[in-house]
Amino acid sequence: MSRLAAKFEELSKAGRKALIPFITAGDPHPDFTVPMMHAMVKAGADVIELGVPFSDPMADGPVIQRASERALEHKMSLRKTLALAKEFRKTDTTTPLVLMGYLNPIEAMGYENFANAAQEAQIDGVLTVDLPPEEGEECTGLLKTRSIDPIFLLAPNSNEERIRKMDKLGSGYLYYVSLKGVTGAGHLNTADVENKLKQIRANTRLPVGIGFGVKDAETAKTIAGIGDGVVIGSTLISKIEANLQDPERAKQEIVELLSAMRQAMDS
Amino acid sequence: MRVTKVNNMTKKYNMPDERGHFGPYGGMFVAETLIPPIQELNEAYQRYLTDPDFIAELDADLKYYVGRPSPLYHAERWSRELGGAQIYLKREDLNHTGAHKVNNTIGQALLAKRMGKTRIIAETGAGQHGVATATVAARLGLECVVYMGAVDVARQALNVYRMKLLGAKVVAVESGSKTLKDALNEALRDWVTNVDNTFYIIGTAAGPHPYPAMVRDFQAIIGREAKQQCQEMTGRLPDALVACVGGGSNAIGLFYPFIDDASVKMYGVEAAGDGIETGRHSAPLCAGRPGVLHGNRTYLMEDDDGEIIETHSISAGLDYPGVGPEHAWLKDTGRAQYVNITDNEALEGFHALTRMEGIIPALESSHAMAYTMKLAPIMKKDEIIIVSLSGRGDKDMHTMAQREGIVL
Repeated sequence: MSRLAAKFEELSKAGRKALIPFITAGDPHPDFTVPMMHAMVKAGADVIELGVPFSDPMADGPVIQRASERALEHKMSLRKTLALAKEFRKTDTTTPLVLMGYLNPIEAMGYENFANAAQEAQIDGVLTVDLPPEEGEECTGLLKTRSIDPIFLLAPNSNEERIRKMDKLGSGYLYYVSLKGVTGAGHLNTADVENKLKQIRANTRLPVGIGFGVKDAETAKTIAGIGDGVVIGSTLISKIEANLQDPERAKQEIVELLSAMRQAMDS
Repeated sequence: MRVTKVNNMTKKYNMPDERGHFGPYGGMFVAETLIPPIQELNEAYQRYLTDPDFIAELDADLKYYVGRPSPLYHAERWSRELGGAQIYLKREDLNHTGAHKVNNTIGQALLAKRMGKTRIIAETGAGQHGVATATVAARLGLECVVYMGAVDVARQALNVYRMKLLGAKVVAVESGSKTLKDALNEALRDWVTNVDNTFYIIGTAAGPHPYPAMVRDFQAIIGREAKQQCQEMTGRLPDALVACVGGGSNAIGLFYPFIDDASVKMYGVEAAGDGIETGRHSAPLCAGRPGVLHGNRTYLMEDDDGEIIETHSISAGLDYPGVGPEHAWLKDTGRAQYVNITDNEALEGFHALTRMEGIIPALESSHAMAYTMKLAPIMKKDEIIIVSLSGRGDKDMHTMAQREGIVL
């Protein structure tokens, strides 16, 4: 059983939901990332999504795009992101780690090279935003034979046929993008999310993480009542962006927010 | 010239496959939220491609609104001066709005209307596609938002003003390199957010399936007319075709109807900017490698880590790090050859056509003119080159004057 599957099973038995923070590797500086990851685990994170910076993050909003730009200024790359993951694994061998990014850096490295490198870095899941199942069979197959879960996105406009497709090809969990739009946008409509989750659950037994629009402890609690995991990204990165001169303070604020979310989700 | 099917013109060549692949290129590499609207678009396009009412409306618009067919003009003086092949210019510069772009925006806007979409978005580099989109949106009474890199907004001020006059909202994109690729990113973000009522009119033969094939099919009127006109004027097929390639929509429009005619050589001209060796250029087919960007696999300008690198060209319309996937396929199969022309050479082409024939070409088209100046002299006097004069140069007066130190 993969580390992700085991984690979701463990949480489910305990009646808890996964808290899944996202940060971009190398933002605002490569030295910031690994200590931040450890601090997030300590604050209650169950799974970490680590963003691989890309020059053209088409599905992301301005906040995550700027995070990519800051990381790229420090020459961050897929290779260096994998190196950071390895460093994280030196002292944390249990927290599932998911890489999230775009296909082109993986294409440039080569699918097989990437799959090998990800396995060596003990990556547990890979979410490639612009690789739908139709184009993803080769890459997905290489990951699966190395026990790495390919994570797929579901959107409000995904029909049942597509949900079943993701269920078949994906593993670990499915990531439900709760809004039509880019990361960091708008506010959630809880009733809409609840309705959609009914349809998703009718077509898959995989755990469902919900992201896009989670901004505070209260929303996290609400979402935790609907899905199996709560993904929070842009809000965390906004804290990094607001404290570029004082990364320690950004770290502190992120820890505080995650702790508050953890508490709200568990209460 | 009435056709029964928009893309009914090649017999042997049968690309792309039903999921939009040209060999390893093309495809549908987009985030999940865009899959349903792209499928909806593909279904609508496949349906209207063979719908007699749709084709009749498109044909009428191209004739009475765009002013087609555009002439095929024998540039006799220039041909004589160069001393080789006979040069024929396909005059897309004479279309309404001044470039080939409108052939495609008319087609996509008619699709949008039939699909019940009320809002049109577009990306633009030089502004020609933005103007062509704003034009058809005005005519059909549709809301229109055009995304344009902030750098391009500055260097194509005239077109920005034209779009605003036409009622479009122009959004200056400040992210990344602030050029065409960033405008495309921003337009995709808009689309993903407003998929229900919005139609995204992509201006070049790139993007996720079905855009590359659809844009090609709408632009193929260029080659279809040129083929017939060449037969009428000379009694035979041309020996060579020349067109500039940024995303490659005017080139694929000219090439496509000739793909099965093996005797017709095809030359796509990329922008070498300051020179390929300087790294400051926009020539992915000549100096890039395959990767995935903006929904399709194609040749890209990227670094070793797969990050897209900044491009350079004097012409905003060629300043793009990717290229339509069908060109990638035509390159690999050897059916077309891709060459490159520097900024300085393009300026020579610009001046040559202006002084020799009294036609001021767009800076994009000037790249095709400059390559023609190299190609014609090494061909025989009874051979024929058709060059795509994809747009007129009015929009570039400011850039040209600035380059020559003249204050207008």
